[in-house]
Amino acid sequence: MLKLFIPCDSLARAVGADEVATALTREAQLRGLPLELQRTSSRGLYWLEPMLEVESANGRLGFGPVTCADVPSLLDALTAGSNEHPRALGLVEDIAYLKSQQRLLFARAGITRPLSLDDYLAHAGFKGLEQSIKMDGADVVAAVLDSGLRGRGGAAFPAGIKWRTVRDAQAVQKYIVCNADEGDSGTFADRMLMEGDPFLLIEGMTIAGLAVGASKGYIYVRSEYPDAINTLNNALEIARQAGYLGTDICASAQPFDIEVRVGAGAYICGEETALLESLEGKRGTVRPKPPLPALEGLFGLPTLVHNVLTLTSVPVIMARGAQYYRDFGMGRSLGTMPFQLAGNVRYGGLVERAFGLSLRELIEGYGGGTASGLPLKAAQVGGPLGAWIPPAHFDTPLDYEALAGIGAMLGHGGVVVADESLNMAQMARFALQFCAEESCGKCTPCRIGSTRGVEVVERLIASTAPAAREEQAQLLWDLCDTLQYGSLCALGGMTSYPVSSALKHFPADFGMATTEATQ
Amino acid sequence: MPDEALHLPLINRILALEKDTPGSLLPILHAIQQGAGYIPSIAVPEIAQALNLSKAEVQGVISFYHDFRTTPPAQHILRLCQAESCQSMGSGLLAAQLKERLSLNESGDSADARVSLQTVYCLGACACSPAMEIDGRLHARLTPERLDDLVNRCLEGQAC
Ligand SMILES: Cc1cc2nc3c(=O)[nH]c(=O)nc-3n(C[C@H](O)[C@H](O)[C@H](O)COP(=O)(O)O)c2cc1C
Ligand code: SF4
Ligand code: FES
Repeated sequence: MLKLFIPCDSLARAVGADEVATALTREAQLRGLPLELQRTSSRGLYWLEPMLEVESANGRLGFGPVTCADVPSLLDALTAGSNEHPRALGLVEDIAYLKSQQRLLFARAGITRPLSLDDYLAHAGFKGLEQSIKMDGADVVAAVLDSGLRGRGGAAFPAGIKWRTVRDAQAVQKYIVCNADEGDSGTFADRMLMEGDPFLLIEGMTIAGLAVGASKGYIYVRSEYPDAINTLNNALEIARQAGYLGTDICASAQPFDIEVRVGAGAYICGEETALLESLEGKRGTVRPKPPLPALEGLFGLPTLVHNVLTLTSVPVIMARGAQYYRDFGMGRSLGTMPFQLAGNVRYGGLVERAFGLSLRELIEGYGGGTASGLPLKAAQVGGPLGAWIPPAHFDTPLDYEALAGIGAMLGHGGVVVADESLNMAQMARFALQFCAEESCGKCTPCRIGSTRGVEVVERLIASTAPAAREEQAQLLWDLCDTLQYGSLCALGGMTSYPVSSALKHFPADFGMATTEATQ
Repeated sequence: MPDEALHLPLINRILALEKDTPGSLLPILHAIQQGAGYIPSIAVPEIAQALNLSKAEVQGVISFYHDFRTTPPAQHILRLCQAESCQSMGSGLLAAQLKERLSLNESGDSADARVSLQTVYCLGACACSPAMEIDGRLHARLTPERLDDLVNRCLEGQAC
C-alpha cells in the first residue's frame, strides 16, 4: 500500500496542502487504490511546499511543490513504481538544503505527526525528561549552564544563570512562562515547533519546571497563530492523559501543568515584562528592571521566562549531554540556531545550523539569492529592530558577538532579504511608524519621537536642497541617539538600528550623496 | 446600533466560568469577541464588577490591544500582512489593489460593511510572503491574480 505524507503546517496549508491531500485521497478512491496518508509537520523547505513524501525502501521520496493538477500524473507514476515526475525531488534526506543542516531541535520536522505521542516517543521523545527526573534539580540546572545555551528570544542571556536564580528563590509558587509571541517579521521557527512538535515544548517546560521548582507553566502564544494554539491545547490534553503533565509527572511525585494563553495583537507583549503584565490581565506595558522576573515575575512571584527555542533546546541537552550540545557553535554562541530565511529570497525556509556560518552562506548558499532575480540589496537580520546589512558585510559569521561587532544583532534568527527595488528610506520610515504604533507608551522618545521621526524621514526625502537634507539627516541621527539612550526597552532603543543602518548604507534612497550621510 | 443586551447571557456565562482564574481578563475578552463578534460596551461594567476592577481599567485594556473591536465586524475580514518580509515581496501593491477594487475608505472599510481590510504585522508565513488571512484562513505566496481570485471567491460566499 502507498504510504504518503503531507504537512499539516499552517504555511503548507496556506499554499495548498489541504487541497492536495483531498485531491490525492479522492483520486486514489476513484482508482480503487489503497493508500495511507499521514499529515506530518513541515520540513521547513517552504519553497517546495506543498511537499508530498512517499515511503520507499530507501527512505522517503519527495515531490514538490505539488498542485492539485499534478495529482493524477503523480499517482500514475507511483502506481507504476516509478519516481519519474517533473516534481520529483529524489530522496528527501538527500536534498542538499536539508542534508547540510544540523537539526537538533528540528530533528523530527517533516517526519512525525504533531499530535502522535507514539511518533514522538519513537523518535527519541521524552528522553530528556526521563534523564532529568533521575537527577537532582541542581544538576539539571548545572547541565543547562554547562551547555552554554543562551536565550533565543533576542537578548541572548545565558539560560543557566536564570535557572539558578529562579531555583534559588524561595517562594510558595514559581512559574515557567514560555514566550511564544514571535512577533518579528521574518521569523517562524517558534510557530513551526508549536504546530509541528508540541510535545517537545511540553517536555522542555516540564524539565524546567521540575528543575527550578515551578509547578505551573504558561505558554503565551500570539493570536496570529491559531493553528499553534489548537495544536498545543490538544497536545496538552494528550500529555495529561498519558501522565506527562499533572500531579505526578512520570511517577516522580512532582506536579507540573501548562496552560495556553492567547495574546491580542500587541508586538510589545513579546517583551518579557509586558508579557507578564498581559498574562496578569493588564495592558502590556513594560516594567522597569529590577526587579528581575526571575525573582518577581508573574503575580510578583519568581518566574522563568524563555523563548520557545530556548525551552525546546533543553530536552536535547538533557538527553544527549551538555558537552554534545556545546560542541556545536563558536565562541560564546554555542549549540545550533534555527535560522529563518524570508522575504525576497528564492529558497525561503528553516535552516538549523551551528552558529558560525556566514550570512552569505545562508542567503546565497541556502537562499539562492533573491526570488525576483534582481540584485540583492540588503538583509534585515533579527526582526523589525534589526539592522539592514548590505552585502559587503555578508561574510560576517552568524554569531551573537560578531553581529554586534558590525552594529547588528541576531535576535530571534530571522533574516529578511531585499532586492534592489526595496527603498530603504521607506523602510526607515516604516520602522519608525511601527515603533509609534506598537509603543507601550511609557517613554517619550518611543511614544512621540517615533512619530516625529516619520515626519523627519518624509521631509528628508522631499527636500531638494542639500543644506535642507543635511539638516533633516542630522535631526534623524539625533533622534536615533535619543531613542537608543532614552528608552526603557529595546522597542524604542533599537528602532534606531533599522533607521541608522538604512541611512548609513543607503543614503541614495534618502536622496543623499554618499558623503552626506556618513557621519 | 444593535441591541447589546442580547449579548448579556453570553457575557455572564463567560464571566461565571472564568472570573476566578488568575489574570483572566484577556481570555474573557477573547471569549466575548469570539461569541459576539466584538466587545459590546455593555460588557465593560459587567466585567469590571466580576473582576473587581474599575470600568476605566477594563476600557484601558480593551483599547490597548489591536485585536479587540468595540463595533460589530464587517461580514468579511481581510488581514493583509505589511511587515518587512511581506513588504519586500510587494504587499504594499496588494493593499493598493484591494483598496481600489473594493472601494475601501481610509480605514479599509467598504461602505456597505461587507469587507474590512486590516493591516497585520507578520502571520508567520514569511518564507512564502506576501501573506494574508481571509476570514481566518491563511493564504501565502500571493500574487495580484491570486489575490483577485481569492477575494472573488470570498465575496461570492465560497469557501476561501
Ligand atoms: C520589543 C521586544 C519584543 C520582544 N519580542 C519577543 C518575542 O516575540 N519572543 C521572545 O521570545 N522574546 C521577545 N523579546 C525578548 C524578551 O523580552 C525576553 O528577553 C525573552 O523572552 C527571554 O527569553 P530567552 O531567555 O529564552 O531569550 C522581545 C523583547 C523586546 C524588547
Ligand atoms: S521603549 Fe517604548 S515600548 Fe519600550 S518601555 Fe519605552 S515606551 Fe514602552
Ligand atoms: S512578514 Fe508577512 S508573514 Fe511574516
